[in-house]
Amino acid sequence: MTLIETRPPASQKSPIQKPASRNTAERLSSVSSGNALELRGVTKLFGALAAISDVTLTVRPGERRAVLGSNGAGKTTLFNCVTGDFLPTSGTIRLFGEDVTDFPAHERIRRGLRRTYQISLLFGGLTVADNVYLACCGVSRGRFSLLRPRISDVLVARATELIEAVHLTPARDTLVANLSYGQQRQLEIALALAGAPRFILFDEPAAGLSPTERSELVSILTNLPGHIGFIIIEHDMDVALRVAESVTMMHNGLVFKEGTPEEIENDAEVQELYLGDGRG
Amino acid sequence: MSYAVSTSITVQQGLLGRVPPLWWAIALLLVAMPMIASNFVLFQIFGWTFILGMISLSLMFLAGYGGMVSLIQMTVGALAGYLVAILGTSGVPTISLGWPWWLYIPAAIIVAALFGTLVGALAVRTEGIYTIMITLAIASAFFYFTRQNYGLFNGYTGFNNVVPPALFGIDWRQPAPFYYLTLACASLAYFAVVYVSRSPFGLALQGVRDNPRRMSALGFSVTAHRILAYTFSSVIAAVGGILLVWQNAQVSPGTAGIPQVIDILVIAVVGGIKRPIGPFIGALIYVLLRVYSPDVLLAFGLSGERFKLLIGLGFLVIVFFSPDGVLGLWEKFKARRAKQADPLRMGRP
Repeated sequence: MTLIETRPPASQKSPIQKPASRNTAERLSSVSSGNALELRGVTKLFGALAAISDVTLTVRPGERRAVLGSNGAGKTTLFNCVTGDFLPTSGTIRLFGEDVTDFPAHERIRRGLRRTYQISLLFGGLTVADNVYLACCGVSRGRFSLLRPRISDVLVARATELIEAVHLTPARDTLVANLSYGQQRQLEIALALAGAPRFILFDEPAAGLSPTERSELVSILTNLPGHIGFIIIEHDMDVALRVAESVTMMHNGLVFKEGTPEEIENDAEVQELYLGDGRG
Repeated sequence: MSYAVSTSITVQQGLLGRVPPLWWAIALLLVAMPMIASNFVLFQIFGWTFILGMISLSLMFLAGYGGMVSLIQMTVGALAGYLVAILGTSGVPTISLGWPWWLYIPAAIIVAALFGTLVGALAVRTEGIYTIMITLAIASAFFYFTRQNYGLFNGYTGFNNVVPPALFGIDWRQPAPFYYLTLACASLAYFAVVYVSRSPFGLALQGVRDNPRRMSALGFSVTAHRILAYTFSSVIAAVGGILLVWQNAQVSPGTAGIPQVIDILVIAVVGGIKRPIGPFIGALIYVLLRVYSPDVLLAFGLSGERFKLLIGLGFLVIVFFSPDGVLGLWEKFKARRAKQADPLRMGRP
């Protein structure tokens, strides 16, 4: 399986496709402001176990980064620290230049951060439309409104657009518990796109999807507006390397290697560690 | 856990088309009730049912939509009742301030809602059994405090002669006016809960119940939402409490004693906490048992004071057969009937 062939054809190119080559030193040097996300020495201990240790990572606005690594490498813990599901044991997290290390999750979300979950966390008793509408409310002023929305409501219109963007329009009035697995994954993405996201964390969005659904996912991700950067955790190299312009390899809770997809792909150590046997 | 709740936000049909005929029939029956029923039934059965139903409805809102079982609702209602006695007029003129009704009613509701909010702010940081324990502890503290405080709450005796203001020249404690007063308040509370359950606030509350972690990842403050749910439900409980005090014409520590606090929970669970109509069904069952079980017991040669035995047995039977209360039983029955009517199975079971 060669990864180069599976890159999107030229016709799919959207304005967000950025030149993928920059030198590593430049990327690693942390410009204090102007970065979408900046982690410095972030460590998360669970008892004596360091799920991630001393992770330093910088992502520019609009940059699309893939985080790779085997199971237990600390990828999801990294996401949980960034969104505030866990507070890190030590280190600082800056979001668009602002220190958010001690902020609760909802404050970070209101600053433009979004995430999806590896195992869909949705509201099974509500319809697709209600789920997306709720997500739109969460980052708007109307979140405490006691008044029901009207059809002319801006948020309802926005919810309808989002449902269309993730190809769920035919299922909009279906209870989420009755959706197929693939549809639930798409809905996860719609929830992450609600409001005005500036930076999104995708946690294995392609896990368990069929090949068709995967290519839909790739088109959704590559067609995101250029100012929205993201980090994607993905085991499927076809997906990860097609949508990302830079790659961070994690191993045993440490950042193991950073580079462009080509660099990572051709790196001997990486190949041995990750792409190794079954992948060659 | 997820509850089947919704028809979608944007599907809004006309009121006439949405409400099934059975509901219209019940509404008509309720409005016409004073023409059929005796004064005792109007005042004692239905008046009390609507009042207890409202206070239990406030618990249903917290428990069913918010996943928070609070035992403070009766206390919030009793506090509102006390405030009506203290700020308005009562048989204890040395304490009552004699404010006009348009001042003491809103003041009582607002203060009771603030109290409920404060309790909520303490309780929402805990989950499950701990929420029950915290609210029960505060309810007990309120009971003992009112019993020992004579300066404000007039201790053991409380306040007698607490009656509704004679608005529009009507004595609102007469059976028919009181029936309509409680019916109007209960309907308003019921429709408010139904309406709010589909508003952004209500939807978000159900989201918080099902998945708090995801809600904060959507930008919602889970704590703020839970606390505001206490505020909303406290308003309903406060109105119910004021009506209860007016019905009895008195308020005392026993209005929110531990048995009364627990009764609210029993009513909500027996009726069903998934839908706002449940508490009213539970309240009707409770009131019927309370009122008629002494007669039944006497007929069997038992002491009439053992009515709690019947209530307890009824509670056990309902919870045993249906954790969702009477509503759950009804839904099971409907599902079974639908199954039997399955044309593909040719009427075989």
